[in-house]
Amino acid sequence: MTNILGYSYWILLLPLLGFAVNALVLGNRFPRAAGIVSTLLTGGAAVLTGILVFGSFGTNPQAQVLWEFPFLRFSETFAASMGMLFDPLSAMMLFVVTVISTLVHIYSLEYMKHDPSSGRFFAFLSLFTFAMLGLVVATNLFQMFFFWELVGISSYLLIGFWYQKPSAVSASKQAFILTRFADSFFLLGIVLVSYIVGSFDFATINSLSLADFSNSFIQLGIAEFSKAQGLAIGALFIFIGGWGKSALFPMHIWLPNAMEGPTPVSSIIHSATMVVAGVYLVARLFPFFMLHENILQLILILGIVTALFAAVIACTQTDIKRILAYSTLSQIGYMMFALGALGYTASVFHVFTHAFFKCMLFLVAGAVIHQVHSNYLSSMGGLRKKMPWTYVCALIACLSISGIPPFSGFFSKEEIFLATLQNGHPVVFAFALLTSALTAFYMFRMFFLVFHGNARTQFEKPVKESLLMTLPIVILAIFTVISGFEKNIFAEYLVPPQVTLPHTGAHFPWIPFAATALSLAAIILAGIFYVSPRAQIAKALDEDNRSRFYKIVAHKFYFDEIYYAVVRQFLLGGIAAFLKWFDNVVIGSLVKAATFVFQKAGDAVRAADTGYLPFYLGTLIAGLLFWRFLGNLPL
Amino acid sequence: MLETLLYNSIWILPLLTTLLCVPIPREKEKLIKNVHLFSGFLVLGIAVYLTIQLYFLSLASPVQGSVSVLRFVTELPWLQAINAHYFIGADGLSMLMVLLTAVVVFTGMLVSLNIGKGSKEFFALIQILGTSIYGVFMSFDLVLFFIFYEMEAVCMYLMIAGWGSGKKDYGGKKLTLTLALGSAMILAVFFGIHVESGIHSWNILELAQVKLPETFQMWAFPILFMGFAVSGSLFPFHFWSPDGHSAAPTAVSMLAAGVMMKMGTYGILRIAIYLMPEGARFALPYLVYLTIFNVVLAAFIAVRHKDLKYITAYSSISHLGLIFLGIAALTPVSLRGAALQMLSHGFLTALFFAAVGMIYSRTHTRNILEMGGLMKQIPFIGVAFVIAGFAGLGLPGFSGFIAEITIFIGSFENTSPVFRLITILAVLSITTTAIYILQTANRMLNGALPGRFAAITDAGPGEKTVLVLLILCLLGLGLFPAPVSDFLDSSLAPILENLKR
Repeated sequence: MTNILGYSYWILLLPLLGFAVNALVLGNRFPRAAGIVSTLLTGGAAVLTGILVFGSFGTNPQAQVLWEFPFLRFSETFAASMGMLFDPLSAMMLFVVTVISTLVHIYSLEYMKHDPSSGRFFAFLSLFTFAMLGLVVATNLFQMFFFWELVGISSYLLIGFWYQKPSAVSASKQAFILTRFADSFFLLGIVLVSYIVGSFDFATINSLSLADFSNSFIQLGIAEFSKAQGLAIGALFIFIGGWGKSALFPMHIWLPNAMEGPTPVSSIIHSATMVVAGVYLVARLFPFFMLHENILQLILILGIVTALFAAVIACTQTDIKRILAYSTLSQIGYMMFALGALGYTASVFHVFTHAFFKCMLFLVAGAVIHQVHSNYLSSMGGLRKKMPWTYVCALIACLSISGIPPFSGFFSKEEIFLATLQNGHPVVFAFALLTSALTAFYMFRMFFLVFHGNARTQFEKPVKESLLMTLPIVILAIFTVISGFEKNIFAEYLVPPQVTLPHTGAHFPWIPFAATALSLAAIILAGIFYVSPRAQIAKALDEDNRSRFYKIVAHKFYFDEIYYAVVRQFLLGGIAAFLKWFDNVVIGSLVKAATFVFQKAGDAVRAADTGYLPFYLGTLIAGLLFWRFLGNLPL
Repeated sequence: MLETLLYNSIWILPLLTTLLCVPIPREKEKLIKNVHLFSGFLVLGIAVYLTIQLYFLSLASPVQGSVSVLRFVTELPWLQAINAHYFIGADGLSMLMVLLTAVVVFTGMLVSLNIGKGSKEFFALIQILGTSIYGVFMSFDLVLFFIFYEMEAVCMYLMIAGWGSGKKDYGGKKLTLTLALGSAMILAVFFGIHVESGIHSWNILELAQVKLPETFQMWAFPILFMGFAVSGSLFPFHFWSPDGHSAAPTAVSMLAAGVMMKMGTYGILRIAIYLMPEGARFALPYLVYLTIFNVVLAAFIAVRHKDLKYITAYSSISHLGLIFLGIAALTPVSLRGAALQMLSHGFLTALFFAAVGMIYSRTHTRNILEMGGLMKQIPFIGVAFVIAGFAGLGLPGFSGFIAEITIFIGSFENTSPVFRLITILAVLSITTTAIYILQTANRMLNGALPGRFAAITDAGPGEKTVLVLLILCLLGLGLFPAPVSDFLDSSLAPILENLKR
């Protein structure tokens, strides 16, 4: 135990090493070696994490800083440092990130085998793992932002991995710029909060009491606020960072588009790790956010809106990765509103369970795409027999996300339902239940259309399930089965630090039954629509002859178009074009005017240069007389 | 003693090399280039050695009070009629700026190896330009400072008009004349300072101990500030830089944007604020409004441009705006941030212009709409450009992030509403930077490769050295900022001390 603590920094260094070795040495020259090195190093980090996490079980649930060094000093008392925070929350995330990253690395060994630049892929994947780990163990806001941006850039690099593909390039740009927009608020929040508090440390920020700040004031450019209000504004800005990264409505559009990246990337980044960074941020600063009820309210509303909104869209999508992307949005909505409803443990538990089954679902999708060479449901169907292992695992994952016992999603969703009701949000609870039923419906819609029915693509030779791709899926399936039973560990250890949550103690024993019954009904409905003998698959997959409402939903409520109009037409076409005109024409003319004046003045002076002596003498005398009149010359 | 000699040699060596090359016939291009390169490398080595020396010296004895502690000092009587001295010395800020210059001069020579005809003159001019910039950062005597400051604009004009591209005559003239306007303002105020101080001295350290009359400072400070701001391309005097940079040959763009633009901000810190703190406190809250254009609006203009060099030039204007914001806020942290940004942007923009120059020399176009798919053809340059872009948009790990966040935190500490508002705008505008950088990189490097670029080749060994060296500088400052930041503090402390009086 003590030994591993001394070496804990290797958990971060190994993936970084993987990045460095691949980027500088192996790269595209030895792609196979690059993949193996990356995988081994990430696996090493996972093993170290395992030793660290399981070695510390039950010994000391308190937060401890394993190591920390000063990075940048701002004043005598105010400095940014880099460190490693080890508490149940970061331990849980370390475990999830390293395990999932390792499995995705293994999977990619096969999946990316034929890509000539897979060396670059593994370099970026390792960079991402490093960045995410750095974010998770951050001891302070500065470090969190530092790695937060690195996560953003590695996500950008991975989404745009196939840089010859215009759609991938524009998706990566969109993802980066949109999250960057949110991050600019995050940065502003950090500046504001650290100014008021005088520290970046989570420990300090989480133990604030607003009463200390209500009597001093801060000027914010337009108006004066009390420092307590200033902190609330800062908290809001910091949350906006998480809002963008976790792709909450209406900043969600980048996530479905990010599916342009290779599927393993979608699996690790856009489902299991990076997108929960926003949830992690709120959880990390939970005592701080608890001081500001309005912001919790906002988190609650945004969470439930995103959950429902994304679930509705998911029911109409025909691209398997997009369905999963919207389901990710929806599940992140769950985590968020759970936090807003003070269900800290439930939310963190859902992060944990969701990571495994969602990662697995994407890996399954990747395997399916590998098989049929298309993302669209219309080319799938009947894959059950060709991919038996994948089929069983996918079933487990779908049952889990639909909240069917005894799979993990059931347990974490129950906790979330319970938290919303216990803390007095019946409306949110009702919508959550509805979303849960929708989830079961669209997941099984996908499941049936992919694996059941008749094959809609004829292959000449079906690819056999390969070990490297199936093994990670099976391992994740095992995690999905068992992770739900860790409930008690979560209830005991994963409680927010420094605050006590209100305990109503009210029991609602009917929740599990109601939720399960609803989900089962939705699954049966999906079965009737998509597998029963009377199912009209061709009609179900037809996108043209649809009601107007269906089309609006299928077009994702036209959010992409709205964004396009605002950014392209208004910001870049309008404001930026005006500024360019201003700079070219207005400033340019002023410069020209100035040179004109100088030239004319030069001409005028040259006109005086007549070479005619009487003229000079006359001017001289006139000048002297003039000065005499002013009384300045002793003449 | 040896250090003092070496320190003097930093500006003398380039001149000597130039003289040495005079008798070499111009046909022996290779020899001339190698001699110059060797001398540039030597100066770089000296600068690195002295920086390390000075760092440990400054650690050993921290600065106290408002007197700058200079090392490696040489003070000789020079123009005795007006009591001007040859007075040079080093403190953290000037030493680091000299180091930056040495890096940019050396890399600038490396990218100019294929300059074509007249390379003898071109290299001579780079050396003289280098001398003048070193001189500016080293001298602590106003007359000496001004002479070096003036030398640089002349060299620039000759190099742009002689070896530039596009509207080179127009661009060169615009640059030189605008800078001359700034110099006139500076010179006038220098005379004023000399007279008003009443101590008949040009010595910056001595003048700093004199409190110049406040009425004088009220009008002299803004003039001096604007005079320096011309070369830092502060709005509304930014107009020379896009035309100037785009017409200039690569090495000149690198030197102009990388180092010369910092001479202005350096002058403001070292002379304007140090000598006239009361005037600074009075005038800067008004002058800071000008930075809104640089910080917030220039980035938007960069989004609309299609010419690589214009994009880079507006990006420089926008980054320079942050330096001005940091300076104007006058808090300890913001001044340090400004100094960090001076260094960081020096390396950054040199890298940018180097990469742009390499791309231009291959594609013969600077219009990004005509490019595409270059990543496949020239991966090394492409990656370097992307790294420059990431550093430019403030990615953690590179120096820009350190500098920017220091400026933001520092200028937010200034409690006046104006500064708060501008800081808020500046922080939010990091998104715009991301837009133009990604847009440019994507357009140029991704997508399909036009057929006519199928034959271009990737960077040669010299070019690779340039890119790697500059990237290492960006990374070094970004990953280990603490020593540099402390080093800068030692020289900013006297300026801050003066501000308190």
